[in-house]
Order: sequence, then C-alpha cells, then structure tokens
Amino acid sequence: MSFGDNQGPLRLYTTMRRIRSFEERVGELFVRGESAGSMLHLSIGEESVAGVCAAMTEGDTFTTHHRGHGIFIARGADPKRMMSEIAGKADGYCHGKGGSMHIADMGLGHLGANAIVGGGIPHIIGAGLAYRNRGEGRVSVAFFGDGAMQQGILYESMNMAALWKLPVVFCCINNQYGMGTRVDRSAGRLAFDERARAFGLDGVVVDGLDVEAVNAAAAGIVDGARNGRPGFISLEVFRFFGHARMDKSPYRSEEEEKAGRAKDPVLFTRGSLAARGIADAATLDGIDADVAAEMDAALEHAVKAAPPALDIMFDDVYGPGEPRPTPVRSRIADILSEARA
Amino acid sequence: MTAIETTYRDALREALADAMRADECVVIMGEEVGLYGGAYGVTKNLIADFGANRVIDTPISEPAIIGAAVGAAMSGLRPVAELMYVDFAGMVMDQLANQAAKIRYMFGGQIGVPMVLRTQGGTGRSAAAQHSQSLEAWMVHTPGLRVAMPATVNDAYHLLRHALTLPDPVVFIEHKGLYTRKGTLDKDAPDADWGRAVVRRPGKDLTIVTYSRMLFETLAAAETLAASGLEAEVIDLRCLNPMDEETMTASVRRTGRAMVVTEAVMTGGLSAELAARIQESCFDFLEEPVVRVAGEDIPIPVSPALERGSIPSAQLIAETADLLVRRRTPSWATA
Ligand SMILES: Cc1ncc(C[n+]2csc(CCOP(=O)(O)OP(=O)(O)O)c2C)c(N)n1
Ligand SMILES: [Mg+2]
Repeated sequence: MSFGDNQGPLRLYTTMRRIRSFEERVGELFVRGESAGSMLHLSIGEESVAGVCAAMTEGDTFTTHHRGHGIFIARGADPKRMMSEIAGKADGYCHGKGGSMHIADMGLGHLGANAIVGGGIPHIIGAGLAYRNRGEGRVSVAFFGDGAMQQGILYESMNMAALWKLPVVFCCINNQYGMGTRVDRSAGRLAFDERARAFGLDGVVVDGLDVEAVNAAAAGIVDGARNGRPGFISLEVFRFFGHARMDKSPYRSEEEEKAGRAKDPVLFTRGSLAARGIADAATLDGIDADVAAEMDAALEHAVKAAPPALDIMFDDVYGPGEPRPTPVRSRIADILSEARA
Repeated sequence: MTAIETTYRDALREALADAMRADECVVIMGEEVGLYGGAYGVTKNLIADFGANRVIDTPISEPAIIGAAVGAAMSGLRPVAELMYVDFAGMVMDQLANQAAKIRYMFGGQIGVPMVLRTQGGTGRSAAAQHSQSLEAWMVHTPGLRVAMPATVNDAYHLLRHALTLPDPVVFIEHKGLYTRKGTLDKDAPDADWGRAVVRRPGKDLTIVTYSRMLFETLAAAETLAASGLEAEVIDLRCLNPMDEETMTASVRRTGRAMVVTEAVMTGGLSAELAARIQESCFDFLEEPVVRVAGEDIPIPVSPALERGSIPSAQLIAETADLLVRRRTPSWATA
C-alpha cells in the first residue's frame, strides 16, 4: 500500500472526515451499550494529525497514546476491525483483549496504543536503533498528548534520540487538556518546542487548524529524522469533548468550548477546498456520504460480531508453543481430587 | 454521632475532610485531585474547602508526585498522595519501595515517612490490562510499607483516618468497583482496630479469608451455601500489613477447613502468603488442603465476558467450597 498520494488536499480531507465519522460512531457504540467499557477517548478536533501521518511512508512505524483511534485510521486501519476491538469482539485487532486503549497492528506499523501516559514513547528509541543498525531508512513516530510532556521518560527518550541521531519523531498532540487540567496548569513554561531543541532535536509547533500546513511542517521533520536528525512536533488543537465518555467537562466554560470548537480542522479544510476550487460542495458531500456509509457499516459490524470464546483468555500470555497458565478451576479440581486419593 | 447511610466514596471524602480539619499538616496531592475532584470523585469539592495549597493538582509526573510526598513527609507535612490507578505503581516503585519504605531504617531511625498513598485497583469497568490490576503483593513484599484494603463503608472511613495517624508510609488501596456501594458509617465506631481482621459472617464448616471487593462475592457465596446447609465463616482481612494471623488461626482451628479468595492473580500473591500462614499455624487442625481461589494468571482482558471470567465469582467460590467440604462435583468439571 502506498500513502504517497495521500498528500493531496482532498485525500487529507477524506482522512480527516473518516476520523471524525469513526469517532462519532464510537460515541454511538457507547450510547448503545455495546462498547467494552467507557474509557473511550475520542480524537474529535484532532483530525489534522492526518497531516503528520501522511508525511510518514510505508514501513514507518508508530506508537500512540490512549487517544489513538484517529492516528491509526490515518495510517490505514480497517474501521471494522477497530470498532470490533473497541467493542471487545473476537475479530478485533487484538481479539477483544486490548480494547480502545490498546489497539495495535504490526502489519501496518502500529507498535501499540498505550494507556500509561508516556508508556509508548521509549519504544520508538528501540525501533530507531533497529532501523539504524540494519540501515533500513525507516522512521518511528511516537504520538502522545500534552499531558505526557510532563513525564520524565519523554526527556530520557529525547536525549537518547539526539545522542544516537536516531530516525525518530516525537509528536505531541496538544489538545490543551490532560483530563480536567488545562495545559497552563500543568507546565511552568509552554514553549514545548524549546524543550526539544534544548536536547538537540529539530522542533516545531504547528497550528492544527490547517492540515495542509501540518503536513508540510511534518514532512520536513520526518525527512530530517530519516536522515539522522530526530525531531519534535507539537500539534496545537482542541479537545472538543470530555476526556472520556463519562466526562462532561465541568471544569471549563461554555465560551472556552465554543471558541475551541470554532477551530474545526475538518470544516476549515472543507471551506478551504471549496474556496480554492479544488472541490465543489457536491463532491465534498459525496465524500462525506461515502465515509458515513463506511463507518455505519463498521459500527453495525462490531455490534453483530461474536464475542471472544472464554478459553482464549489463556492464549498469548506467552509465545506460541509455550505452556499456557493453568486455569484456576483446573488447579482446584486437581488438588482436591488428589487430596481425596 | 449516629450512624448514617452513605457510599464508600463519600466515606473516603469524609475521612479526608475530617483529617484535614483535625490536622493542618495534612495535604492532598495528585493528578486531578483538585478542580476535577478526583478521577473517581473522592476528593470532590475539597479544594473549595481547603484551598489550593492543601489540595494540590499536579502534572502527570508520578515518580515526582510520590517522591515529593516523601520529602514533604520528612519535612513536617502529612501528605496524602493519590496515584490514580494502582497499575501506575510500575512508575513509582522506586520512590515507594526504595525511598519511602527504607528511609527510617537506612537512616537508623532518625526520621520516618508518615505519608499515605491512596490508590485504587481491580476489575469491573472493562478498563483493560493497564487499569484493572490488583497489585497489593508488590506492596506487601516491601518491608516498611503498611497496606490497607477496605471493603466496607465504615472501614473506608476509619482505616483512612487511622492511616493518617501512623508514623510510617501506608499504601491505601481502594477498589474501583466499590465507590458507589452503600453502607453504614458510624464515625464513633470502627468495625475493629487497625490491623485486626473482622469475622463478617460466622460459620462452623469452613473458613474463607478474603479482603476488598472479594468480600462481597464471598458473602454472596456463603449465602448460597447456607441455603443448602453449609456454614462458611467469612473473614475480612482489612489490613494486609500488619496482618492479623490470630483471627484466621482461631477460625481455621475451629472449622478445620480453609479457603483464601483474592481478585489478584494467584501466583506469588497474597493468596499464597495467606495459605502458607494458615498451613503453618493450623497444620494439625486441617482436614483438607488450604485452597486458593484467585484471579487467573493472565493480564486483564478488555472484553467484559473475559474480564469477568478471569476473576473469582460467587459461583466459583461456592462451588469450590462445596467441592472442598462436601465433595460435590463443580459445574466446570462436569463438561
Ligand atoms: C502514567 C499515567 N498517569 C495517569 C494516567 C491517567 N490519565 C489517562 S489520560 C490522562 C490525561 C492525558 O492527557 P494528555 O496526555 O494530554 O492526552 P489527552 O487525553 O489529552 O489526549 C491521564 C491523567 C494514565 N493513564 N497513565
Ligand atoms: Mg491533552
């Protein structure tokens, strides 16, 4: 699969619309009581991460934080398998074991979504070492939130990246909030790119409103990384809704939400494509309708998909052919029958 | 004060508020403890009552949160550091196990670390592998740490109040599945002293030792068993360090049979520790092996059915007791 032609503005728009449409269906899955739990973190408002993803190429890898659905869609995910995973179903990407916060697919270079803030960041250092040692020309990107900017492991990783000139990119999706904490209540100084530069990385801050500008900036950083100049991107966006499904954001004002949601990357690009004559309203409506149908199908697929068989819980604790853990029930039955013998 | 009906969550908040009123040195620090009111609402509104100097919202920097609490405890404050999920213990074990737990001993008794680490664990919300664990064994395996795991509303209040009077670090592990559970709180009457277990249901045929949310699965199992004439004695440990061996031993010596129930995975955990102690102290009184009913030795899967299936249920506990005492074949062995 080639992502090369993704870079056209219409492709970027389509990807962003697919992300939004998918996330809206995740919300619906929850409302219908079909999701595995309520710890579902929507990336609505952050769709311009598509610009970073489009700057990556086949063979590049990435890790994400807990709000990673959009990133994976932009890197080629099958929405059906993703939705199934979020519903905890057997045909999901991780057989219903991982869920929304732990989607992964090695085939598409997704080294794993992580529910530990900062947990996936150092993995790109190891990936970068492997690609460097084998001379593969691949890049690995860590996506994380502004909250992870305060985790020490980020800075240990940045230092290693600079020290060893690794082909890696640190991409902070700064949606202004970590749960209920606005970024100016969690950082003493907000210029995150300065932190990266202090370690010797290339660092940029980009406004996430315009996905084409994001893509241009990301292309520079990703190319640099491929040539041994690790980089950092802070994508400035706004988290449109609550942290997870149960959070109604009582800690921020309606005006703030209104102003934040006015910076809508999907609508902005739609307007810009029309204004520049790249696509007329009918074309854009057509794209939106196709995307809606695709995501409706993903939702219905996940609802109907079969749950995993109970016994698979013992699979994949260890590698293929290795002894599985002994189920508690077998153990109890064995002990008590021996005791009787 | 008379007893009131309240929730586990509100009882914890009452304990924090009363402790803060009684002792100016008590401060709360952690992620989302202030403005947001705590990830599970335990610290709701405390920042309005006590101010931002005593209810401190922190960045997402767990090692430094716990480390700062250690330093604060050594400097005259009495911090309650909140670790949002016990699973994040992976990030803070150095500050907890190498620093907080050892400072008094390494420094020859010159200074202690009187802090409480409040956290919560367990399954029940499809929160998946990194947000559902029961990691009390990591804590209990570290000399120098006290560990409490309340199951009831009254214990939530009193154990937390008492933890805030102790000279040493206490790891206070709540259960996410208990916050909305209702019960009786009597501020003048703890269920028992700190460190003592409580017999929650008397019985003559076997002893079942448990703690935290598994208490309620076990009590439900005991109810089922009683209906068919088997009387299980249910012991709620409440504190894992100090551990009340006396209550367990006295019970098992009387009943002659013992089971241990934990939500935590079986291998290398509290179930093993408890079974070993019972076996050592009751060897001559035991008519059957001490049986452990525990979580499967796997990470917690997200699928609700798999998650439920991976930890003990009332049915599994009851069927195991039936097998142990009456040799009734359990449903899972008939297939
Ligand atoms: C190590 C760790 N600490 C705390 C949490 C709880 N938590 C989950 S998401 C979150 C906020 C993260 O904010 P940010 O990194 O900005 O990502 P966003 O949710 O905004 O996408 C917190 C505190 C966690 N999952 N892991
Ligand atoms: Mg954020």
